[in-house]
Amino acid sequence: MTITVENRNERTHRRSILWYAALVHRISGLLLVCFLPLHFLALGLALESEAQLEGFLRWTDSSAVKLSEMGLVFLLTVHLIGGVRVLALENLSWRNDHKNLAGLAIAAAAIVAALFFLRVI
Amino acid sequence: MQVSREHSATLDRTNTVNANVTKLEVRVWRGGEAGHYDTFSVPKRTNQTVLDVVTWIQRNLDPTLSYRFACRVGMCGSCGMTVNGAPRWTCRTHVSKVASDNLLEIGPLANLPVIKDLTADMSRFFEKWQQAEGTFVPTKTRKDPIAAIPPQDAARQNVDEAIECINCGVCFAACDVVRWNDDYLGPAALNRAWSLANDARDGGNTNRLRAISATGGCHACHSHQSCMQHCPKDLNPTRSIAGLKRLTMEAYLRGDLS
Amino acid sequence: MNLRLYLLQRVTAALMLPLVLGHLIVIFYATSTKLTAADILGRTEGSIGWALFYGAFVCLVAVHGAIGFATIAREWFGAGGQAPTIIMWTVGVVLLLLGLRAVFAVTMPGGLS
Repeated sequence: MTITVENRNERTHRRSILWYAALVHRISGLLLVCFLPLHFLALGLALESEAQLEGFLRWTDSSAVKLSEMGLVFLLTVHLIGGVRVLALENLSWRNDHKNLAGLAIAAAAIVAALFFLRVI
Repeated sequence: MQVSREHSATLDRTNTVNANVTKLEVRVWRGGEAGHYDTFSVPKRTNQTVLDVVTWIQRNLDPTLSYRFACRVGMCGSCGMTVNGAPRWTCRTHVSKVASDNLLEIGPLANLPVIKDLTADMSRFFEKWQQAEGTFVPTKTRKDPIAAIPPQDAARQNVDEAIECINCGVCFAACDVVRWNDDYLGPAALNRAWSLANDARDGGNTNRLRAISATGGCHACHSHQSCMQHCPKDLNPTRSIAGLKRLTMEAYLRGDLS
Repeated sequence: MNLRLYLLQRVTAALMLPLVLGHLIVIFYATSTKLTAADILGRTEGSIGWALFYGAFVCLVAVHGAIGFATIAREWFGAGGQAPTIIMWTVGVVLLLLGLRAVFAVTMPGGLS
């Protein structure tokens, strides 16, 4: 039998919703940190002139940008609500229903983002 | 041949082996860190644990297979292995529960160096136990009266909830932070630190809280609760670690930690 | 992640809870009423309130984001030794400088036209 070098245990165990909640929290935070410099630079256009900022704001009126903004609102909201869950887990008495809370957090953030989109399109 | 047929006939009452026996396809890790999977064909039985499968392979097909077990009844924690991707006690894992479509993949516990085949080197696990100051520091002598701690005492209940750990390493193997961060002490060591921190008789808590507040201490836990999900004794190290986060924060604000 | 960084991370998070809520309200209001640059700057320029609100927000997010980013660099990208610390300070300083510049841009009195 030919001996080949393989990676063992590549198939990893089933992830729970808590694992995904932590992943969503981490990814949302990471994307927000990457987005922030762009956000700050856009606002900094006001240093150039009001017209520059106005031009940028009107660019954001397009549906494609509004869709991205909905994504950003989701990221911010899910990071906020997920963060509240973590603070509660670490500082308040232990609860056994964290799987439910994690699901609720993601659902609530999705609703907020959807509401945002409906208001701005 | 005659002998073995008679032997299996006596097993027929409780552990049926049919003439057309279903076979399990079992992939088993061989080698050290670098290695490969060997595939074995093992008769499937009605009542069969993964440890039974490994033992059958070693006794009937390949005596060079290395694996570890002791009590085989779910008390010692020695038989931990990775079964179809999840860390489990093989003596308490029924094949019918994990081998849908009769496929099994067995490897050593994750996050630990491999000695050979299915045997992991537990040294790192126990070293982190020591680093977390996971040992009881006595404050009384045999001449002192026994400490009177009522069972309903809140701190004692915290101890009771965490104390049943038998150091099997399953939580350590399941934990992503252990995988991502070499310095992380891990769920078992921190769970033990919590049980000792709540023990009114123990005198080593200042050092212990300091030990678990360094890089790789309790604050590195991201509360995935994979440890809780896989612990065969239904312990919850995430809950213990959350408690340690509170204890260390309080100690820090009091100025007890340097 | 050690105790000090953990505390900073959690404390900045807690302090930002009302700020993020406020910011979400601002986002909803500004985007749904299609405010122009003139509308926005008219409200923010010369405003101590907005300067404090967003100034504080920028300082807190610079700390929080820097620590989080450095943790990811360590855990997912294998940054070892001093690298996470350097990454943390870099991200923190960049966010702080760009952020305070943006706050200044929209709140400085008078503005440029």
